Amino acid sequence: MRKELLDKKDIERAITRMAHEIIEKNKGVRSLCLVGIQRGGVHIARRLSAKLREIEGLDIPVGSLDIALYRDDINVRKEQPVVRRTEVPCEISNKKVVLVDDVLFTGRSIRAAMDAVMDLGRPAVIQLAVLVDRGHRELPIKADFVGKNIPTSLNETVTVELSEEGRADKAVLEWA
Amino acid sequence: MGLKTKDLVGIKGLDRDDIELILETASGFKDVLGRDIKKVPALRGKTTVNLFYEPSTRTRTSFELAAKRLSTDVINISVSTSSIVKGETLQDTALTVQALGADFIIVRHACSGVPHFLAPRLKASVVNAGDGTNEHPTQALLDLFTIREKRGKIEGLDVAIVGDILHSRVAKSNIYALKKLGARVRLIGPPTLVPRELGELGVEIYSDMDRGLEDVDIIMMLRIQMERQGKGFFPSTVEYFRNWGLTKNRADRAKKDAVVMHPGPMNRGVEIASDVADGKRSVILDQVTNGLAVRMAVLYLLGGVRG
Repeated sequence: MRKELLDKKDIERAITRMAHEIIEKNKGVRSLCLVGIQRGGVHIARRLSAKLREIEGLDIPVGSLDIALYRDDINVRKEQPVVRRTEVPCEISNKKVVLVDDVLFTGRSIRAAMDAVMDLGRPAVIQLAVLVDRGHRELPIKADFVGKNIPTSLNETVTVELSEEGRADKAVLEWA
Repeated sequence: MGLKTKDLVGIKGLDRDDIELILETASGFKDVLGRDIKKVPALRGKTTVNLFYEPSTRTRTSFELAAKRLSTDVINISVSTSSIVKGETLQDTALTVQALGADFIIVRHACSGVPHFLAPRLKASVVNAGDGTNEHPTQALLDLFTIREKRGKIEGLDVAIVGDILHSRVAKSNIYALKKLGARVRLIGPPTLVPRELGELGVEIYSDMDRGLEDVDIIMMLRIQMERQGKGFFPSTVEYFRNWGLTKNRADRAKKDAVVMHPGPMNRGVEIASDVADGKRSVILDQVTNGLAVRMAVLYLLGGVRG
């Protein structure tokens, strides 16, 4: 079974609002750096950066973070997660780093991402922006910027499909 | 996608997908090696044992550092200081090491086939760090990685491997690996060290170095093992250098952008001239750095295979 949660327009509005919230909270975009978690988060981070430029007229660097080597389930999973390159184009020490992901669920990816970021430098702050927060946290982690809160049950999955991956922009809820 | 076996005993048993996966993963680790903090927690709590029955500095150090950068604990066992000198069998030593909690056993041995013997008898992952004259798989993998890094591809390249092919496990692993990835391979060296039978592997054989190097993309030099001197394989190191040593003039017979590789340790003035070893074609030090990334990738991927 499958239900559409967000369409193209919804996603666009959510990103616009999040961009405004990021500017408001940080009183501008000075020393900001967006770091997307591969793979979905990177696309959202790029869109946020484009929106921030539209509003503030400044280019905000976007990094892409691979968290495979920092996961806590390496010894539990059947297979090793694929290792990709991490590319963060700016020095992150003393920067305001906004971690970006498509879906926030248990919070374990975010924990891994924070460790990965810390190994790259010592940011002034780390904030978290997610397109969808579906609940069910297993760690004390909370997003600063949320596109849409969607209550789900554990046997459901939430997927964000984006045009960058050759799909139509939408968020879908699926269950058996 | 993952590797299909818990061990890496040779290139022969890998398929193209396995090799591609290791190279792809290594490129992620190469990126880690460029950071200030070069260590990742991926294999935290695991233990790696280097079990070396033959002297080695660079391979052992490379494996040790790779294992440490993945956050495993590392123990080095070398023959001269261990119970092996008291007469313990290979299998007993390996089982003992495993009982101590080893998850990865990196083994080098003068006899061909040792890793193949140990692998099915152990739950730990066995990685071949060189067995006799058979294989040295991680060397071939790091060579492939370096070739791809420098030339962007492997398929369709002409690769010359020069020197003592007969005794070289590096050459054998490279021949298997290069053929699997679609390169054309030439072997160059004196007939005593490049037996004609190797032609069965689908390679061309040259004894004239100038002809052999014509238009190749990659020149892969091998170490001439000094202990072979005086055993009838070649008259003298001076004469060897005259015929099969890589000089600048000879290297220039290859393609303009051809690169020169050597697995080390080098005998300058025997198989390679110093100005070539240090010249702009040389990628010998890149090979060393890439070896770390490739060995990290191998350990990481093997760590994910559950029996």
